[in-house]
Amino acid sequence: MLKALENISAFYANPTRFMKLAARLHAPLWILASALLAYGLFRAWHVPEDYQQGETVKIMFVHVPAAWMALFGYSFIFFASVTALIFRHPLGHVAARAAAPVGAAFTLIALVTGSLWGQPMWGTWWVWDARLTSMLVLLFVYLGYIAIWQAIEEPTRAARTAALLAIVGFINVPIVKFSVDWWNTLHQPASVSRLARPALHADFLYPLLIMGAAFLALFLALTLTRMQMEILRQKLRVRRMSAN
Amino acid sequence: MSVFWAICRQHMVLAWRGGHTTLAVAFLFIGVTLMPFGLGPELALLQALAPGLLWVVLIMALLTSLDRLFQADYEDGSLDQMMLMPLPLELVVLGKLLGHYMALVLPLLLAVPLAGLLLNLAPAHLPMLLLAMLAGSPALVLLGGIGASLAVSVRRGGLLTVLLSLPFYVPVMIFGAGASQQALAGEIDETRLAILALLSLASLLAAPVAIAAALRNAVR
Amino acid sequence: MTENTMAKPQKFFLPNAYPEPAFLKLESLACSRGLRLLFEGVSQTLKAGEALALYGANGSGKTSLLRQIAGFLPLAAGTISFGDTPPNAVHFIGHADGLKNALSVGETLALDAALWGAPDTTTDLLPLLGLQNRAWQKVADLSAGQRRRLALAKLCLAPRPLWLLDEPMTALDTAGQELIDTLAGAHLAAGGLIVASSHMPLAFATKEIVLGAPA
Repeated sequence: MLKALENISAFYANPTRFMKLAARLHAPLWILASALLAYGLFRAWHVPEDYQQGETVKIMFVHVPAAWMALFGYSFIFFASVTALIFRHPLGHVAARAAAPVGAAFTLIALVTGSLWGQPMWGTWWVWDARLTSMLVLLFVYLGYIAIWQAIEEPTRAARTAALLAIVGFINVPIVKFSVDWWNTLHQPASVSRLARPALHADFLYPLLIMGAAFLALFLALTLTRMQMEILRQKLRVRRMSAN
Repeated sequence: MSVFWAICRQHMVLAWRGGHTTLAVAFLFIGVTLMPFGLGPELALLQALAPGLLWVVLIMALLTSLDRLFQADYEDGSLDQMMLMPLPLELVVLGKLLGHYMALVLPLLLAVPLAGLLLNLAPAHLPMLLLAMLAGSPALVLLGGIGASLAVSVRRGGLLTVLLSLPFYVPVMIFGAGASQQALAGEIDETRLAILALLSLASLLAAPVAIAAALRNAVR
Repeated sequence: MTENTMAKPQKFFLPNAYPEPAFLKLESLACSRGLRLLFEGVSQTLKAGEALALYGANGSGKTSLLRQIAGFLPLAAGTISFGDTPPNAVHFIGHADGLKNALSVGETLALDAALWGAPDTTTDLLPLLGLQNRAWQKVADLSAGQRRRLALAKLCLAPRPLWLLDEPMTALDTAGQELIDTLAGAHLAAGGLIVASSHMPLAFATKEIVLGAPA
């Protein structure tokens, strides 16, 4: 059998070491994510009402961690892709691919909750706030990344093309952020940006951090599960090919 | 170096013969013609929006041409030959991008004054607008090339190319349209022009490397 | 377009000897496409003036092996060494001919010369390729065999020691096949190397590999 590291079929045919580790991590990670999420939501529900924003301040406990995860998710894809290219190991590609829809979902959650949170203050469902606009562009970056994986059939080429896109896209994200901030401050006075983080009181900070940890655990649990699924799917594909 | 110019010339000849130049310019005018139907024929309003509209239409015209950058070469086997030419692939790519710029973007820029006339722009507004487009358009072609090269092995990858390229276009659009808007006030916006030129320069350094990597990946 | 160039075409374009003595060594090559292993354990050595024929059924990996030697495809295992020859010493002629339908035959040859950094020798090349009087014809109007002849032009324009030919005889008439034999003969006589895939025996081949054969 081949020893070359880049040989994907060999990896998919026998990815036992990772699968064993994943099987051991699977349940604890999901339990941790559920427990943190339950506790975080409980704490968030019982924060005192904000004198300005009232009840709607509670949306922040979903919105802000989701936005964190949107950025974390793309960084995760970037580092997984770089690792895969440097060490020529398919596991990084599998991780990046698995994380993409999860990150995109968190981006969408951040956008929707941002809109819900802002509506009572803005009187409209969408304003071209700098943070929301950057988030929207990030969603397009995610969609492009997912589309590449779907469009290219040949797995090695798809993996390498997606990794390349992840890298150039990662460089692009801060440039977009910088330009959108510049654009936004010119078109609106800075005070309108209501999503700007105020100095947080401890009553708000701890629930927020717990929710952040919960979303991180949820992100990792979802990504791990998707990686297991992807490997099983490819393993099946290899089996079917060698069957005839 | 003659190899570089040969690649550039070949791309220009093919873009011209294939009617891509004419199509792109026609697209620009059709886009501009649609604007008064959508926004109403009020001349003051059209003039106020003209710089931004022209940027949007320019980018749209360019986006529709991107799949012609490498797709045909991938399908007819020229991409294989490009790998073996007596010139580094990065420079071969740059030659093609330069050809694309001269065959498509320059004619578009030449058409912009006329299109601006339809949107009630005065001749006094044009120098700043064109200056901004000249500074920003190299970045548009170079960054669009990244999207085109990533989607090159996808059959009918035009839409995918657009999806991949658009996030890269956001900064150029912001500073380009911003600088052009200053044209209405009759001002020269040096800061934004400098940023546009910087974006073009950075793309010039980064894009050929990324595109060459994507193309090497496509011929596997 | 004189009788002289018709009679001895090879003298006109190909060098009498390649400057670097070439060799090609394939050591236990393997190739995987997608999730499938195409072949493994392919080894062969070519010295200057030798030609290797690749035989095998459809899907056995002939084209993939050629693309590996050209440097397009990564090796799943094994090594390829060229000796002292520089990496740009390869010509690859594949199924897709890389011709542009919008150009005329003459324009194609002139551009090809420029692209491969060679002097423009269109007037001499046309009769050699059997395309005399077709300089003004559009590539789109050529027959499949004529297209293949035109695609061979770069072999003569830029002399390179290693030729990779993917089923070179396809679509060619007897005269066209003779053209390939003539070119290949002159190339090998000058100390060049050829690796060619084929479904039928190649006259110029000195060695062969049968892919997909039970080991």
